[in-house]
Amino acid sequence: MSQLTPLIDHFNYFTTIFLMVAGLYIVIARGNMIKKLVGLGLFQTSVYLLYLTPGKIVEGTAPIIDPRFQVYSNPLPHVLILTAIVVGVATLALGLALVVRISEEYGTIEEDEIFARGEDE
Amino acid sequence: MTISLIQMALLTMLAAVTVAIIRQRNLFGVVILAGIYSFLMASVMILIDAVDVAMTEASVGAGISTVVLLATIALTGSKEYPSVRRSLVPLFVAAVTGGALIWGTFPLPRFGVQESAIHMHVAPEYLQHSKDHKMPPNVVTAVLGDFRGYDTLGETTVIFTAGIGVMLLLRGRRRRLKENGKSAGKGTA
Repeated sequence: MSQLTPLIDHFNYFTTIFLMVAGLYIVIARGNMIKKLVGLGLFQTSVYLLYLTPGKIVEGTAPIIDPRFQVYSNPLPHVLILTAIVVGVATLALGLALVVRISEEYGTIEEDEIFARGEDE
Repeated sequence: MTISLIQMALLTMLAAVTVAIIRQRNLFGVVILAGIYSFLMASVMILIDAVDVAMTEASVGAGISTVVLLATIALTGSKEYPSVRRSLVPLFVAAVTGGALIWGTFPLPRFGVQESAIHMHVAPEYLQHSKDHKMPPNVVTAVLGDFRGYDTLGETTVIFTAGIGVMLLLRGRRRRLKENGKSAGKGTA
């Protein structure tokens, strides 16, 4: 266990950063608005992992009080991320409603086509 | 040991699903992959003791988000066209950001150590208070509803505002569809 632990903690952070950067790449590089919102979701979820990873204590258990356990993982990041998840789905719904309106107005949800139309008019 | 290996395997699968999401051009496939991603993330969260967050992620991230995304695709179409712009600049921005972030992780404390700074601040007080004052045995519930109740109030305000926004944006949709249908034969929106 102790041999592998340094590798594990770095692996956790490295994966988190990979997910974050992948989300950022999708948001910048892809023109489709639904795909952009999915990329934003990936970015957001990687932040959840970034918050939750330091809260874990290796010998600890989930923060539910029980006489059989003494060490509990940190409950505070869990509370913050619960809030973040729910707010995240609210903003996702708002973004998708905007996408539906854009699709009604322009007949497309590809950013490049919308920009091209703006230059023509 | 076993748990660490399971955790590493799950994280690797998360990375693989992310690559698949980037490469997938069919939006239906993207949404389903995003659902898989959420379930994998929920499994990782259980391994790092965040059981409440895992339940929320599985129900909200993999449930509600998938339904909302599928509904949007039903209204807008599921084909993503290959982008005309070059992908070099985004790749460069992503690589630089990733490098800076990895550089930033070096001074962070080691994984799972009880003495790190995060476990020294308010968390022990929350745990002790919950024990002393006969609060709900689940400390996350106690913190969410009691110690940090104002946060939760703000959260519900945000959800309320977002709900109103969605209603306002989609309110006139049926009426507009009808008008379009009358003026231009069949509705095209």
